[in-house]
Amino acid sequence: MSAGFGVYVHWPFCESKCPYCDFNSHVCEGVDQRAWREAYLNELDRYAGETDDQTVTSIFFGGGTPSLMAPETVAAIIERVRTRWTCTDDLEVTAEANPSSAEAALFSAFAEAGINRLSIGVQSFNDDALKFLGRRHTATAALTAIEAAQKAVPRISFDLIYARPGQTAEDWRNELRQALGLAGEHLSVYQLTIERGTAFHRERVGTADEEAAVEMLDITAEELSVAGLPAYEISNHARPGAEGRHNLTYWRGGDYVGIGPGAHGRLKSADGTAAVQEIRLPETWLNAVQTKGSGTQKRRAVAQEERAQEVLMMGLRLTRGLSAVDFMAATGVALDTFLDRARVCALQEADFLVFDDAGLRATPEGLKRLDAVLAHLLA
Amino acid sequence: MTDLAHIRNFAIIAHIDHGKSTLADRMIEKCGGLTSREMKEQVLDSMDIERERGITIKAQTVRLSYTAKNGETYVLNLMDTPGHVDFSYEVSRSLAACEGSLLVVDATQGVEAQTLANVYLAIDANHEIVPVLNKIDLQAAEPDRVKEQIEEVIGIDASDAIPISAKTGMGVEDVLEALVERLPPPTGNAEAELKAMLVDSWYDPYLGVMILVRVRDGILKKGMKVRFLSNGAVHLVDQVGVFSPKLTPVDSLGPGEMGYLTASIKTVAETQVGDTITDDKRPATTALPGFKPSVPVVFSSLFPVDAADYEDLRDSLAKLRLNDASFVYEPETSAALGFGFRCGFLGMLHLEIVQERLEREFDLDLITTAPSVVYKVHKNDGTMIELHNPADMPDPTHIDFIEEPWIKATILVPDEFLGGILTLCTERRGEQIELTYAGSRAMLVYRLPLNEVVFDFYDRLKSTSRGYASLDYQMDEYRESDLVKVSILVNAEPVDALSFVAHRAQAESRGRAICQRLKGLIPRQLFKIAIQAAIGGKIIARESVSALRKDVTAKCYGGDVTRKRKLLEKQKKGKKRMRQFGQVEIPQSAFLAALKMGDD
Ligand SMILES: Nc1nc2c(ncn2[C@@H]2O[C@H](COP(=O)(O)OP(=O)(O)OP(=O)(O)O)[C@@H](O)[C@H]2O)c(=O)[nH]1
Ligand SMILES: C[S@@+](CC[C@H](N)C(=O)[O-])C[C@H]1O[C@@H](n2cnc3c(N)ncnc32)[C@H](O)[C@@H]1O
Ligand code: SF4
Ligand SMILES: [Mg+2]
Repeated sequence: MSAGFGVYVHWPFCESKCPYCDFNSHVCEGVDQRAWREAYLNELDRYAGETDDQTVTSIFFGGGTPSLMAPETVAAIIERVRTRWTCTDDLEVTAEANPSSAEAALFSAFAEAGINRLSIGVQSFNDDALKFLGRRHTATAALTAIEAAQKAVPRISFDLIYARPGQTAEDWRNELRQALGLAGEHLSVYQLTIERGTAFHRERVGTADEEAAVEMLDITAEELSVAGLPAYEISNHARPGAEGRHNLTYWRGGDYVGIGPGAHGRLKSADGTAAVQEIRLPETWLNAVQTKGSGTQKRRAVAQEERAQEVLMMGLRLTRGLSAVDFMAATGVALDTFLDRARVCALQEADFLVFDDAGLRATPEGLKRLDAVLAHLLA
Repeated sequence: MTDLAHIRNFAIIAHIDHGKSTLADRMIEKCGGLTSREMKEQVLDSMDIERERGITIKAQTVRLSYTAKNGETYVLNLMDTPGHVDFSYEVSRSLAACEGSLLVVDATQGVEAQTLANVYLAIDANHEIVPVLNKIDLQAAEPDRVKEQIEEVIGIDASDAIPISAKTGMGVEDVLEALVERLPPPTGNAEAELKAMLVDSWYDPYLGVMILVRVRDGILKKGMKVRFLSNGAVHLVDQVGVFSPKLTPVDSLGPGEMGYLTASIKTVAETQVGDTITDDKRPATTALPGFKPSVPVVFSSLFPVDAADYEDLRDSLAKLRLNDASFVYEPETSAALGFGFRCGFLGMLHLEIVQERLEREFDLDLITTAPSVVYKVHKNDGTMIELHNPADMPDPTHIDFIEEPWIKATILVPDEFLGGILTLCTERRGEQIELTYAGSRAMLVYRLPLNEVVFDFYDRLKSTSRGYASLDYQMDEYRESDLVKVSILVNAEPVDALSFVAHRAQAESRGRAICQRLKGLIPRQLFKIAIQAAIGGKIIARESVSALRKDVTAKCYGGDVTRKRKLLEKQKKGKKRMRQFGQVEIPQSAFLAALKMGDD
């Protein structure tokens, strides 16, 4: 099975800015849904012009808070993808949703619009933690949202943020167990990262100390595999077969179109792969689409070496690793030709990597230190 | 040309910051050397670094024209000198060009270590000394007590010491009068063969090499051919002039006069301070007594932070040396830090200043290794090497014994801090020679290994005495000592730039301190890193940087792979500054930081 071909749609608005978040999200009153809808549809048409020979395997509405989109906008976009491209029968259509802005009524409207998977930003089931994270919802609201989502769409997932400052390994185990009771087939659990430019960074908020963070990683792996939701990527867990297909496309080096402010795309082109990046600021993007007929900020050819590094960096995030076949398909080079033997050997010896005919993968210990492993392998 | 009776040559000497340069300002003003628009504070301190730090590094000469109360007009040649011990060489040669000294003593502080050191140099130079009590505008001034102190500690008559304020100008007339009345005029014979002392030379971007001279006999004229007695080189004199303090060309300089000459000389290295300049047509046969050459006593290596700056560093060192012949350098290669230079300095302040000038005037980013002194290593085969760099230490099995330089240090300190200073000196292997009192101030004379002083002795001295202690020293003798080279090993490989020589008794604690410091500086990696200090094959301290337990980006930004890759690119760039130690690569910055933190 190939890595697939995805369409990513970025909705850049939120009701408020969370203090840890450095996604391209903006707080804005009175978004002109009709104008935005037109812009997205224009962009889809533009990209379809060059990629309509591909078969779309997934659509992903990310943000920002896509659950703030008018269901008609969502419907129109899905509809347009379906008319301009061939889509697989089991097309996965995911939307990120916030518990605060999410109401059961809206979820079913999204389902009607064509969404068949919801990813809910629960973040925690602890009200103090939610407050700390600057979230607008409560644990109770999260429960309601999960229930509503389960009723509305066949597949759901939710996100949790852990390794918060002061959180202990035991706290996390309890929280995780509680989450497991509610989880369906998929769960994303992210260790809190303090990103530059965020309020947390400015206020010098920390994370759990390293000891605790390492222990929490181990607890997560243990609890979730026992529950039948093993990790298939660093922070993503699923019942085997229920992995998020859209993100798998990223990790396996597949191509994707990205529309909306700040969205990124990777597209096959005559001379290899092109990296496409949309204008980041919402108003500027909208304006550009309206006046120039394109929201693209920059499009450049990705050199083979660079592409190979990208694919390795993404592929090794998966527990099953990077297959030699996917690597070849994405880069046009053979994996064993590209890799530096001596470095791979050193990392194999240290039990951080396994390299065999199937491909290259990180061991559980390697996954915990993947950034350093990659630096050792590539830099 | 001025007749001898109307010339007075004098140096202003004092402890650091006692107000020499400020007094020079007032004298220049009084004598109308500069208009008020041209005047600024410490106008003679012309280098950026002098102005910024408020200290004098280079001695400066000014010719003043003063009409005295007796109605006669005199030429006063003033030499402002640096107060810091590192530059005492500048003081000695200035003294050689004059007949008298103005001894400036800060009336709020009294006699300090460099007051003593410099006044003794002046006495040795047979100078007539005029003591001046400065800063009496300040509440805290105690002119009477300080007068007593001068008599008691220095042993010169201070009854005629002149109370002044170099700041307000009060008493400065009296100083000028005293110079005329109390200093002897120079002697010399205008008819004799030319004998001029080469007092200093430096590079001027417009005029090329400039030479400061003091004429003893004969007449120095523009257009004449002069000969340097030391090497016989002959040059045509392009210009002769004086500093008023502006450059002012004159036709000639006669006996007793001071001024400059230019003669299309390419490099300062062709001129030797202390040389005798004579007339090529009618040469003098005997040379004037020269100066002892200045010897660098502190050595340290300079490396560019960015290896690409190596050539720039080389050129900059060459340029800097044009104006500062007292520091020396030679190329050096370090496994940990790459290409650089081993440099010798007059002392720690000199080191600091050269480093700062390179960084500022030449815009270089530099690493300085821990300062070291010159050891004499006697080998079993009977040969001796002068070791300028611990990295070059022969294998211990080839060494018979090692000698290290000692200094004789004079420390003046208020009684209440004496205990702390004594402890400090003992810790540093000092040997007490003398402990005397002048009022409530103790004067300590110690022999100390220079090695112990170049680290943070001065800072410790200052902190132990809340800033009140002052220090002066001169080189003493070499003495055999139980010295060892301590190597710092990372994953069993030596980091040459961090090795140092220490007395065996201190080797372990210093080695441990460096290991601990490195431990805090080396970022954790995939593999464990061992840091050790060793004497020969024997490990005396060890630390380890544990392996990373977790280092992974939790959330990957949707399709934005570029962002992650940029991070990798950054790491890659950083690797250019990495040094391989076994399986691990360590950023050069860790070694830099270890060096920057100094000794503790
Ligand atoms: N109040 C007061 N301050 C003074 C007087 N003379 C000098 N100072 C101050 O003392 C400080 C040191 O003066 P300098 O003239 O630079 O001293 P220096 O002896 O030339 O110092 P070095 O060249 O570094 O040895 C400066 O801040 C002066 O302004 C004075 O008579 N009264
Ligand atoms: C695109 S974001 C936001 C989705 C949605 N707007 C929300 O907030 O629920 C997707 C997820 O990334 C995770 N995330 C964002 N910033 C993070 C950070 N600094 N550290 C850890 N996880 C983070 C959160 O779990 C979040 O739900
Ligand atoms: S975490 Fe989600 S809701 Fe919060 S600012 Fe970011 S995108 Fe918006
Ligand atoms: Mg001065």
